[in-house]
Amino acid sequence: MDLTLKVWRQDGPNQSGEFREYRANGISPDSSFLEMLDVVNERLVESGDVPIEFDHDCREGICGMCGVMINGHPHGDQKGTATCQLHMRKFSDGDRIVIEPWRATGLPVIRDLVVDRAPFDRIIEAGGYISVNTGGSPDANLIPIPKDAAEASMDAASCIGCAACVAACPNSAAQLFTSAKLAHLNLLPQGQPERYQRTLAMVETMEEFFGSCTNHGECEEACPKSISIDNIALMNRDYLVAKFKDRRKAGQA
Amino acid sequence: MTTLDAKVPEGPIQDKWTNHRFDINLVNPANKRKYEIIIIGTGLAGASAAASLGELGYKVKVFTYHDSPRRAHSIAAQGGINAAKNYTNDGDSIFRLFYDTVKGGDYRSREANVYRLAEVSNEIIDQCTAQGVPFAREYGGLLDNRSFGGAQVSRTFYARGQTGQQLLLGAYQALARQISLGNVTLYNRSEMLDVVMDEGRAVGVVVRDMVNGEVTSHSAHAVVLGTGGYSNVFFLSTNAMACNTTAIWRAHRKGALFSNPCFTQIHPTCIPVHDESQSKLTLMSESLRNDGRIWVPEDADDPRPANDIPEAERDYYLERKYPAFGNLVPRDVASRAAMRMIDENRGVGPLKNGVYLDFADAIDRLGKDVIEARYGNLFEMYERITDEDPYDVPMRIYPAPHYTMGGLWVDYNLMTNVPGLYAIGEANFSDHGANRLGASALMQGLADGYFVLPYTIADYLADWLNTTPVSTDSEVFKKAEQDVNDRNEKLLSINGTRTVDSFHRELGHIMIEHCGLARSRPGLEKALAEIPVLREEFWKNVRVPGTADSYNSELAKAVRVADFFELAELMCRDALEREESCGGHFRLEHQTEDGEAKRDDVGQAHSSSWEWNGYTTPHTHIKEPLEFEYVELAQRSYK
Repeated sequence: MDLTLKVWRQDGPNQSGEFREYRANGISPDSSFLEMLDVVNERLVESGDVPIEFDHDCREGICGMCGVMINGHPHGDQKGTATCQLHMRKFSDGDRIVIEPWRATGLPVIRDLVVDRAPFDRIIEAGGYISVNTGGSPDANLIPIPKDAAEASMDAASCIGCAACVAACPNSAAQLFTSAKLAHLNLLPQGQPERYQRTLAMVETMEEFFGSCTNHGECEEACPKSISIDNIALMNRDYLVAKFKDRRKAGQA
Repeated sequence: MTTLDAKVPEGPIQDKWTNHRFDINLVNPANKRKYEIIIIGTGLAGASAAASLGELGYKVKVFTYHDSPRRAHSIAAQGGINAAKNYTNDGDSIFRLFYDTVKGGDYRSREANVYRLAEVSNEIIDQCTAQGVPFAREYGGLLDNRSFGGAQVSRTFYARGQTGQQLLLGAYQALARQISLGNVTLYNRSEMLDVVMDEGRAVGVVVRDMVNGEVTSHSAHAVVLGTGGYSNVFFLSTNAMACNTTAIWRAHRKGALFSNPCFTQIHPTCIPVHDESQSKLTLMSESLRNDGRIWVPEDADDPRPANDIPEAERDYYLERKYPAFGNLVPRDVASRAAMRMIDENRGVGPLKNGVYLDFADAIDRLGKDVIEARYGNLFEMYERITDEDPYDVPMRIYPAPHYTMGGLWVDYNLMTNVPGLYAIGEANFSDHGANRLGASALMQGLADGYFVLPYTIADYLADWLNTTPVSTDSEVFKKAEQDVNDRNEKLLSINGTRTVDSFHRELGHIMIEHCGLARSRPGLEKALAEIPVLREEFWKNVRVPGTADSYNSELAKAVRVADFFELAELMCRDALEREESCGGHFRLEHQTEDGEAKRDDVGQAHSSSWEWNGYTTPHTHIKEPLEFEYVELAQRSYK
């Protein structure tokens, strides 16, 4: 396949960027999108140019490291697919492909297509855990968990933290990411003691970096793991309850 | 020459760990904050160690080259984690898990370490459940188990096909909690490029900030490497793109012994290569062998599509050759069997480089829904990559480099022969011998990080109470920083004609051909002749664009590939010296009449360690004899 790429190039966080065009000829339709970029980069290096920087690692759609805007869609327009799992057979010979970094104030560009997602770590650090130290945990089968609850928790826990949800959102909101972690923990019996405190802390940290949710639903469409926006409803409910609830008595609810 | 003392405690095997914990030094809770510990890597081993040491009160600095600790490649582990819970009432026990692991490793691991691993396995499941890891459950609400290769009991806990992800998120979240409490400081996008030594012990590291290129030093009372394995020496492997050997190789060059480098695991169930532009291989979890049946056509070069080949003309070769274990033989056995089928021209797919893994029977028996619930995400991943639907046509799979059992030599305390330098998880050589059983890597990473290192590190630290770490302004740190900077500048200044990847790909070809699934003296000697030539060309003709003081992933890659060259040579030398076949190491000269691995328990029952003597002088070979008191050495049989 012969393609034309229009790629965002930016040397650093404080420099201005611009689109540049590159030819990508002779690409195998069985290549992944990132393998196509590898080929382009190898040719750039051979011709004395500086290659296009992009984040990537596992190339199995699980580490959450990769992710670029492809023709205006985060991770491209194939549903439930991370950039590394998108294959060139989904494009046509002669296509022109526009490739940009995630665009959000909370995710500043480091170089070219690489962005800084550190705010996601700050949100987890605010409360995205269950406070148990190593050792002294009771037998794993002590607390039975209904299969449906475990499955719902697992659905939410599948989030890979790639930030496509923020990139897709017109408000650059991080509700889908935050609510997925909250649902993972708040749906489990082990997550109950800190449920409301966790919700308050994570929501408030999220709002330091990201915009507000106005129910566009673009995040769910863009999510490579098809995380449901139902999680956002659960988060909003828990946040409301947390605001009203006397947390000292929460365990008795 | 270094002499090795594994520090295995005295006493019966089931009491060793308990006695050892009583006998070693402790650091009292109020003194722990006086110690600084550096941890490199945030995979299962690194993150769990950092979180646990932070909880205990130590001052911890943790480094990852990723943007977040959660990206480490442990996240890609699919199938599960073993534990001797015996929840399935099928006769499991700590001793059986220990026995299976020693046997699965083809009797080339240290009994005492493996027993301890089996002993703490149950605590891991308890710990992870308390952290909120959403393991799969039965309808009654209790935990579900499945089977993995090399075991006749069901002892594998799992979270769909994403067990590694969920366990890593558990460890990452525990780590995040310690970061928010101020006990652990996180340095992201920071790559360790050297270990710093002073008076024969490890006192810190030199790190490059990958965003602005700044090279800085960090000192501590102890340094822990949890930096994973080196399968990417083969270029194409199931490892993530950034996985590398640099951290452990730099430690090796500073005196840490490298053990059993030739013990590498080729995983039988990966998606076959499609063409030259391929950047990595994708694993399909071993758990698929619970329900999938492996076969090839009876006849060589059969052109028919899979579903047109009648049952009578299919060869379910694993079920035929190994009736007791069938499709669940250990990985090394399954990989070699697949290799033989392809050598007989019975391979399938456009490049004839795969074998079928067929779910038709399982779907008939259990229904599509059940299969989807068990393996849905794997089937989807397969479909994305190959454009084929495994619900309708059998998967095509082929062996690919996946895990490295070799690594830095460690004693029972997980300390290398360098005082103050520890290696945990895949980075050490400790528990898997010559072959790792499925679902044991996650177990070992978390055992080391949660339940072993936090105890054993105190034994070393206790001697350094009320001392301050060596100043980063001292000569040893300045020299190490200078070496790192010089190396980067050297790579940037060559300005040759070939890309880093082109060298890496060529090195990978040499390694997979001569030091992969099957090895022979002539092949290894050929590789040992070719690698130095290629390495020399690399240092004269590589082109690394950009500068050292900016984000430059080509430079990062070049540094890693330079170290892979040196490691590759050592792997081939180790493979040459090991005159036997065992586990993942299969020497064509050493096989039984029916083509199985033939061990030499008289001449080769040792771990093989190598000491660095400088760039131009060959390594010194040091052997640690392996003694088996509890497991009887036997020819492994899965028939």
